[in-house]
Amino acid sequence: MSKTKNNKAWFLVLPVFALVAFSAIIPLMTVVNYSLQDIFDASTRYFVGIEWYQMILNDSRLQDSLLRQFIFSGCVLLIEIPLGILVALMMPKAGKWSVVCLLVLSLPLLVPLNVVGTIWQIFGRADIGLFGWALNSLGIDYNYAANPMDAWFTVLLMDVWHWTSLIALLSFSGLRAIPDAYYQAASIDRASNWAIFRFIQLPKLKSVLLIGVLLRFMDSFMIYTEPFVLTGGGPGNSTTFLSQSLTKMAIGQFDIGPAGAFSIIYFLIILLVSWLFYTAMTHNDNK
Amino acid sequence: MNIKKTLGLSTYIVFLLLPIYWLLVMSFKSNQEILGSLSFWPETFTFANYMTIFTDASWYMGYVNSIYYVSLNMVITLLVALPAAYAFSRFRFMGDKHLFFWLLTNRMSPPAVFLLPFFQLYSSVGLFDTHIGVALAHCLFNVPLAVWILEGFMSGVPKEIDETAYIDGYTFPRFFVKIFIPLIRSGIGVTAFFCFMFSWVELLLARTLTSVDAKPIAAVMTRTVSASGIDWGVLAAAGVLTILPGVLVIWFVRNHVAKGFALGRV
Repeated sequence: MSKTKNNKAWFLVLPVFALVAFSAIIPLMTVVNYSLQDIFDASTRYFVGIEWYQMILNDSRLQDSLLRQFIFSGCVLLIEIPLGILVALMMPKAGKWSVVCLLVLSLPLLVPLNVVGTIWQIFGRADIGLFGWALNSLGIDYNYAANPMDAWFTVLLMDVWHWTSLIALLSFSGLRAIPDAYYQAASIDRASNWAIFRFIQLPKLKSVLLIGVLLRFMDSFMIYTEPFVLTGGGPGNSTTFLSQSLTKMAIGQFDIGPAGAFSIIYFLIILLVSWLFYTAMTHNDNK
Repeated sequence: MNIKKTLGLSTYIVFLLLPIYWLLVMSFKSNQEILGSLSFWPETFTFANYMTIFTDASWYMGYVNSIYYVSLNMVITLLVALPAAYAFSRFRFMGDKHLFFWLLTNRMSPPAVFLLPFFQLYSSVGLFDTHIGVALAHCLFNVPLAVWILEGFMSGVPKEIDETAYIDGYTFPRFFVKIFIPLIRSGIGVTAFFCFMFSWVELLLARTLTSVDAKPIAAVMTRTVSASGIDWGVLAAAGVLTILPGVLVIWFVRNHVAKGFALGRV
C-alpha cells in the first residue's frame, strides 16, 4: 500500500512514544550508568569504564549459563515450531470440533508462568504426580530434583506444553486463510501432500511464523519463572538460565555494577539474534 | 489418513489436558489423601482448599489485584496502540522505521534487566505497590506487540475506505471510532487476548513492583510453602483458580481466534 508522507502522524504516535520511553529509556540509562561505575553507596562511586564488561565476559559461570540458554532456546524452537505446524495441520478445518480444539489449545497459554511451574512440579513428582509415577513404574529412574538431565528435560517439556499451542494457533489461522483455489490447482497437478505443504502452505505461513519464531525465541531466552519454581535453578546449576543468573547477581548479591554490564550484554544478544531471524526470514520479500 | 490425524491430535490434547486435570483433581483432595496414595479421582471430595482461599482476604485479594492491573494494562495498551498503529500503517513520517524498530526492541528486553531500575524509578515517582504501576510496567512489552499486531490488521483495510469517509465529511476521530474500529474488530480481540496473556502470566515484574496493596496472586501463592512443608491442596486450588479467568477470556474471543490469529498477515 502506498503511504502518504505526513509528519503530523507523529501526534498519533506520541502517546506510545511517551509511555514506552518512560518505562524503557530511563531504566535503560540507569542500567548503563550502573555498568560503568563501581558503586558503594549513594555518594561513593567511581567510574570504572569497561572493567565490568571484561569481568562478565570472562566469568565462566556466566559463559556456562549463556551456553545452556542457547541450547535451551534452540531446543525450544526446534521442537515447538514443527510440532505446532503439525498440530495445526491435523486440526479439523471447520465445525464444532474445530472450536473445541481451539479452546483446548488456548488453555495452557493463559496459565500463569509460576502455575505452569507448580503444575509440573506436582505432575513430575514420583510420589504424588502422575507423570513421575508413571515413568518410575516403567522402570525409568526419573527424579527432577536430584538428576540434572531430568530437571532439564522437565523444563523443556514444560515449555513445549505451555507454548506449542501459540505456534499451532498462529499456523492454524494462517492455513485457513489460504484460498481453496490453490488446493484445486494442486490437485489438478496431482501434487503430493508433501508438495502441497512445501510449495503452498509453508510459504503462506511464513509471515505468521516469523512472529511465532520471534516471540518464542525472545520469551524462551528470557525464561525465569518456570525453572525457578520447579527446582530453583538446580540441581546444581543445571537449569540456571541467564535471567536467573542476573537476578541472583543483582538482587541476591547486590553486585549492581557487574549486573548492569551483564544486562547490557544480555539485551544485545537478544537484539542481535532477533535481527538475524528477522533478516533471514524476510530477505526474499523485497527482491 | 484421517484416523491418523485424529489419533495424533487426540494424543496432543491428552498431553495438554492431563497436567491440568491432575491439578484439578488434587485441589479437591485433602492433604492426607494427596500424600497417601495415587488416585485418579478424589475418594473424599472436599471443598476445604477452596474455602481457605475464599474466606481469607489476603488470598482472594491477590486475584482482584491481578485482574485489576491486567485490565488496566489492556485498556491503556489498546488506547495508545490504536492511533499509533494507524499512523504506522497509513503514513510515512520522519523516523517511522527507526521508531518502529525501537518499539520492538523493548519487547526483546528481558524483565530481569529492568528489575532494579524499575524498582528505583517507580519508588521515586510514587508508583510502587500501585496497580497502575504494574500496568505501566507491563506496557513495556505489551504496547510494542500490540502496535505490531494492529498494524498488520490495519494494513489489510483498503485505504479507499478512509478517503471515502473523509469525502463524506467524517472527521478523523469520528471516522476512526465509527468506521475503522469495527472493521478491525477481530484484530482488536486478538490484541486484547495477547495483552491479557502476557500480562497475566508475568510474575517477575509484578512481584518486584508490589508489596501489599497490589500484590498479584502469583506472589501470594508462595505462601503455601511453609516450615511444615508445602500445603499441596491449597496450592492446587489456587492454581486452578488462576486458570479460570483465562478460560473466560478464551470464551469471549473464541469467534475471533480462527480468523484473528493470522494477525492480518496472510
